[in-house]
Amino acid sequence: MHASLPDANTLIARLADAIAPTLTPDTLIVGIHTGGVWVAERLHALLQCAQPLGTLDISFYRDDFSRIGLHPQVKPSNLPVDLEGRAILLVDDVLHSGRTVRAAMNELFDYGRPASIRLAVLVDRGGHELPIRPDFAGLTITVPDHQNIHLSRLDDGHLTLSLA
Amino acid sequence: MNRQLTQDGRLRHLLTLDGLPRAIITQILDTAESFMDVGEREVKKVPLLRGKSIFNLFFEPSTRTRTTFEIAAKRLSADVVNLNIATSSQTKGEAILDTVDNLAAMHADMFIVRHSQSGAAHFIAQHVAPHISVVNAGDGRHAHPTQGLLDMFTIRRFKGEFHNLTVAIVGDVLHSRVARSQIHALTTLGVPEVRVIGPKTLLPTGVEQMGVKVFHDMEAGLRGCDVVIMLRLQNERMKGARLPSAQEYFKFFGLTPEKLALAKPDAIVMHPGPMNRGVEIASEVADGPQSVILPQVTYGIAVRMAVMAMLAGTGNA
Repeated sequence: MHASLPDANTLIARLADAIAPTLTPDTLIVGIHTGGVWVAERLHALLQCAQPLGTLDISFYRDDFSRIGLHPQVKPSNLPVDLEGRAILLVDDVLHSGRTVRAAMNELFDYGRPASIRLAVLVDRGGHELPIRPDFAGLTITVPDHQNIHLSRLDDGHLTLSLA
Repeated sequence: MNRQLTQDGRLRHLLTLDGLPRAIITQILDTAESFMDVGEREVKKVPLLRGKSIFNLFFEPSTRTRTTFEIAAKRLSADVVNLNIATSSQTKGEAILDTVDNLAAMHADMFIVRHSQSGAAHFIAQHVAPHISVVNAGDGRHAHPTQGLLDMFTIRRFKGEFHNLTVAIVGDVLHSRVARSQIHALTTLGVPEVRVIGPKTLLPTGVEQMGVKVFHDMEAGLRGCDVVIMLRLQNERMKGARLPSAQEYFKFFGLTPEKLALAKPDAIVMHPGPMNRGVEIASEVADGPQSVILPQVTYGIAVRMAVMAMLAGTGNA
């Protein structure tokens, strides 16, 4: 029934349009590894953001660490500016349980105390397990629990959404 | 045979670098890389090991190693208990496994073990319940795997790659667990030329079988090296018949600026500490521009965080 998901680039453009009026010059865009960083890179370019792009790997903050262990490919988080008092736009590809976003917020607070954090996701697929909702979503759909929405990047940098 | 790994090939204990697969060593180094920035943040902690209890079991005194393990565990949010057992229950004659059982009954999740007997950490690892991990923090002359790993991390940070390096290990290889761990790691990571340099009395017989080239002449051994690793000369070794005097040793095997000049101009100098200045290394070199001895200490924290995080996340903790 979701045989053809919308084009990811169209969704990113839609997200950028929604975010643009709310963006202040000091806003820091932070993407969550890996898919969130791809989306954040596009938004950062489209919105001509004045601040450098931040990236977050939440592996050290996951709540399922003691069950599944450390992800073998942890990437360093990179927050290039001071977070104290800053407006942050947190970006992820797919919002599902909300646990990744919780972990990301915990990590952000270990760098400083931001003035605000807003959440932008490419797809809000439902199935939330925490009181976390996006401020901006490119697409809102309901996907059964046993299915996953996956964002992938081709060699030429093209982003595509798939359902499996 | 490989007690260090789980059935599915993940790290279960860290006891030795001998036989540890290259993929695991690389994973530890990569994970350590991502822990590097935690030490520079506002809050120098991540919550990975929250609620875990780590016991530093030091049957042999050590300040630096114990401290870096303690800091590493605390940066992972674990609770750390330090036991200097040389000065507590061992003197009352308590057997090592009784000590371990008692601490396990206090719900320990991990033991960091330093002992003067080779094999002590293996012995404890064989004995503990499945959910407890053991890290060897130095056993006799056998192994000091986290030191070996932090040395590899240091080399990778300064040199980038391993496949094009010539590395010299200089000094008392015979009594050095650090040297053994370094040699295993360097060969596993594909360093094409590992040299050991020292007097005959301080090199183990048959060391060539570990895949190293042996030099008794330091000048010849240093020529063209990318990395020079100095080993600590244990003072007690000089009391025996192995060496005439500290001055004599320094003359032949002490690293001076003149001798270092024989290595490549961009060669780095490493030392596991604590240094004997004027015995195995001159102060001009130890404090000189090619020395990476203090970065080694800093990197040791990130590397130990990586090891502890990987162990605690094996799924059995």
